[in-house]
Parts: sequence; structure tokens; C-alpha cells
Amino acid sequence: MSGGHSTYEPKTGFEKWVDSRLPLPRLVYDSFVAYPTPRNLNYAYTFGAILSVMLVAQILTGIVLAMHYASSTAGAFSSVENIMRDVNSGWLLRYMHQNGASFFFIAVYIHMFRGMYYGSYKAPREILWILGVTIYLLMMATGFMGYVLPWGQMSFWGATVITGFFSAFPLVGEPIQQWLLGGFAVDNPTLNRFFSLHYLLPFMIAGVVVLHVWALHVTGQTNPTGVEVKSKTDTVPFTPFATIKDAFATMVFLLVFAYFIFYMPNYLGHPDNYVEANPLVTPAHIVPEWYYLPFYAILRAITFNIGPIDSKLGGVLAMFASILILFLLPWLDTSKVRSAVYRPWYKMFFWLFVANCVFLGWLGSKPAEGTYVVMAQIGTAYYFLFFFPILPLLGLVEKTRPVPNSITDSVLEKSGGGKPEAATAAPEDRG
Amino acid sequence: MVTTVSEHDTTAEPTRRDFLYLTTGMTGVIGAGALAWPFIDQMRPDATTLALSTIEVDVSAIEEGMSITVKWRGKPVFIRYRTQKEIEEANAVPLEDLKDQAARNANLAPDTPALDVDRSAGEGRENWIVMIGSCTHLGCVPLGQAGDFGGWFCPCHGSHYDTAGRIRSGPAPENLPIPPFEFISDTRIKIG
Repeated sequence: MSGGHSTYEPKTGFEKWVDSRLPLPRLVYDSFVAYPTPRNLNYAYTFGAILSVMLVAQILTGIVLAMHYASSTAGAFSSVENIMRDVNSGWLLRYMHQNGASFFFIAVYIHMFRGMYYGSYKAPREILWILGVTIYLLMMATGFMGYVLPWGQMSFWGATVITGFFSAFPLVGEPIQQWLLGGFAVDNPTLNRFFSLHYLLPFMIAGVVVLHVWALHVTGQTNPTGVEVKSKTDTVPFTPFATIKDAFATMVFLLVFAYFIFYMPNYLGHPDNYVEANPLVTPAHIVPEWYYLPFYAILRAITFNIGPIDSKLGGVLAMFASILILFLLPWLDTSKVRSAVYRPWYKMFFWLFVANCVFLGWLGSKPAEGTYVVMAQIGTAYYFLFFFPILPLLGLVEKTRPVPNSITDSVLEKSGGGKPEAATAAPEDRG
Repeated sequence: MVTTVSEHDTTAEPTRRDFLYLTTGMTGVIGAGALAWPFIDQMRPDATTLALSTIEVDVSAIEEGMSITVKWRGKPVFIRYRTQKEIEEANAVPLEDLKDQAARNANLAPDTPALDVDRSAGEGRENWIVMIGSCTHLGCVPLGQAGDFGGWFCPCHGSHYDTAGRIRSGPAPENLPIPPFEFISDTRIKIG
């Protein structure tokens, strides 16, 4: 299904000349034209391609915005306003970049939930999954630092709260925090280094994406049945089948993206970030960007001391653990059956997990008081219980439904025999 | 006499290659470590940041019941001339009712208990309290004369401090810290 066997045949003399010197056309042909993809991929598998498009879009708009942005506490806020009001097409580029971050995260969450639903992380795709979680971590760091750059009130206080996490660690915490900030509080040195790193990290993401796609092309893609590709009839060539499906899904996604850019560009943002940062006044209600809200809820859910760990450190540890536990997912899931389609219990717990993440996100946007705290504690408990012990136990006790013999069998069964549905074959190329 | 030395013969004399391997390796390791340091070091607070570490504040205009906020090391510092009632309220709290029983006063020994007098500017100046206005939870600025204990209240995650700036309820683990400061005259305070 991958590497090794190449079907590329250079036709012209020039192609042959290039192929014997740098076989880049061959690599592209084998990876994105002839590459065999399972014929039963659905639209959930198009988000890898959408994510690649979003990464490129963010880098392009970001590079352009950096030409007009000033990374100093004196000039940052006004330079962003300058982009919005005076720079030609600046408002559009900034709204693309700002909403692009949100849509990047929408796509990555669908992509991750799809991986969890179809068991895409299971052997032999553990490294593929781990690289994906690494990309997600880099995205979170990039998004956080990018949000600081406009130097609004939420920028400043978000940065203060998040770098404050490090002060929770005993002894080393405060020196580490001062080292990260370059001072005793978020200030000019912090803004400058965040800008530098915000520019760097997307290229590191791009590097890990290359590894992610490489790993994907070694193991091949999963598919909704979770059954590995067995014969040639199980697959269709990437081009045109996956290409057109990915392209169509990308266009639909970009239309929704465009709707937000043109009609509700600030819907996903926070009005307080249009107030310039003021180190002496904290906004009444600090919330992070929506894509961090579930983790923010987990952070605030730990209001009690756990043995020698005080509530502050406990909250920080719980929040980091909630992300790091994703790395262990391939080993926590003990089931031999890959896809949730054939796992009735897992399917139920999975959708409960998704609902719980949305629930935690909603709680993260609410003040941390009264019943919200209790609800966040319940949500946090389920978040962790899902990974342990529910997942390991399910693999042992769940009675799974019969899995089809092959992808072809499953497709033929669905379409009532005979006619293979070429149109359902499309994948996401980037895992 | 020329003898052939097998590469696997560990008893043999070290060769020139062994020597080069070890010295190159050692130079590389030490060099990498030494090279990494400036890259890490440059992120620490720089000289201008450290130079702003001392400020002087004129408090002659502050009357009883008034507070001012000044900026020190990029953070707000609350200076409050407390009322007699506030001092009495703080004194009425038994030490064991406090979540954090340490004074957190940089001018006193670390194990000083959080008695009101040791939170204030000291004997004779009990009315004055000087604190870093940065919530010990995650660094928001608490609001003055608010919350359940009439002291400070952090709107971010709901920490309540009393009139001596001691944490009484909410997620914050410690009392508001008291920076190093001294009255250089009756009307001037030097912070830092």
C-alpha cells in the first residue's frame, strides 16, 4: 500500500533527465496520484487535506501581517489597528488570520475525533498518532502566542494566567516563569519573544506534518471498517478519487470560513481584546480562546488539595495530563477491533466523550463559581475515566459486532451487491 | 616488529583513532553545552528590567481609608492606609482560621506567622499595608475593598482576601506577597 513499489514512468526526455537526478516528480506521483486509498473513505477523512490548506493559509496571511506589525508594547496595539484601518486589504488579511486559527482548530478537532472514532491510532499507526498529537501541541503553543500579539486586554491577561501555570511548580516554578517572561511580569521582552516564536512554530508544524504524512504513507490509511487493505479491489487511486473528494470538502469548508470572515469576523473572539493591554486592571472575566476552553475548565475544576499537591498545582497538572494522556491512547485502548462501527459500547462512550468535551468547553466560558465548579469536576472526572479505566476495560469485556472480511465486502454489502461505489472512495491524504 | 592489533582486542594499546574519537567527542559535548548557555541565558530578565527594581513613592497625600496602586517590576503594588476598623477585623481572626499562615513578608523571616502586625508596615505603622497586587493563583489583579472579607477580591477565579491581604477562600494558595520596602521618611516609601 505504500512506498517501495513505484509506478511512475517518466515520459518525456526532460522528465527522464529530472528523474535520474532528483526524483521529486516520482515522489509526488507515488504519494498523491497513484497512491492507493481505501475505497470506502467518507467525508470525515477529508480533514487532513483541509488542515494542510489551513496551515498554508495561516502561514501566508501571517507572513503578510508581520510586514505591518510592530512587536513592542508601545506599538503593537496601534499597529494592529493600523492593519485594520489603513493597510490596504489589511482588515481582510487579519480577519483571515484571526478566524483561520479558529477554523484550523475546528478542523483539527474533527480530525482527532475521527481518528478516535475509527481507532486510527491503533497498531501499526501509533507513531502516526503521536506525531499528530505533537502537531496539536505545537498548534496550541502557536495559537496562544499569536493571541498575545495584538496586545489587547485578553492578550495580556491570558499570557499572565497561562505563564502563571509555571509558578505552580515548587522551587523551580518562579525562576522558570521569569525566564519565560524575560521579566517579573508580561512585558516588552515577553511580547518580542512570543512574536519570534509565533513566526517559528508554524514551520516546525510543517516539518512534523511531513513526518505525519510520511508515517501515514508507510502504514496506509485506515477506513471506516477498520479492516486493513487486503487486495487491489479494496483501493482506488488517490487521483482522481481522493483528490476530488478532498477538494470538494475543502471548498465547502472554505465557504463556511468565508462566511465567518465576511459576516461575523469577531464572533469567535472576545471584545476585551480590542481594549489595549493594561497591567494594572484585570478584565472582570478572563477567558481563553474557545479552542482551549475544555482544558481551562479542567484547570479550574481542581479546587481541592490532593495530598501534598495544592489545588493550584493540581489544576495545572490535571490540565497538562488531559493533553498528554492522548499520547498514551494507542496503548490504553485494548480492543482488537479498530472501528467504533463494530463496537457498540465504545461508540456510546465515545459520543459521551465528545459531548463531555463540548460541555467542558461551555463550562470553561462560565465563571468558576457555584454549580459550574461541581459540573466541571464531573466533566473532568469523566474525561479521565474515559481513558482509564473505561478504554482498557472495554477492550476486555465488550462484545463486538462481526467485522467484514474486507473493505470490498463491506462496500458491496452496502450497495446491494455488484456495483462498487467509486464516489465513496476518498480520503484525507494527510492522516 | 610489527604486530597486527585486532579492533576487538580490548587489551591492546589505544590507537590514534581511539584518541581522536574521545577528544573529539569530549570537545563536542563541552562545546555544545557552552554554546547552549547563551541561548538560554538571553531569555532571563535583562539589565533594564532589573534596573527598574527600585521605586520611591510619595504617600503624603494618602489619607485614612485611601489606597493607591503603583507599578513595580511590571506589577501593581497596592499601598493602603487602612482604617482602624479594618485592623481590628484582621486582628480578630484566629491564626488557625487562615488558609496560609505565613506572613509572606519579604522584610521578615520566612516563618513569621501571618499576624496582622506582620502583614502591615510594622509596629507604629499598622495602618499601612503594602502588597503586590497580583493574585497568588494565576496573577490577576484583585479588586480593592471587595469580596466576602472586606479586603480584596480576585474576579478571575474567585479568591477572597481579608483586610490584611490574607487569602481566606478561593483557589489562591498564598497571602498577597509583601515586597521588600521601607519608609525612608514619614511620607516616602522605597519599594524594592
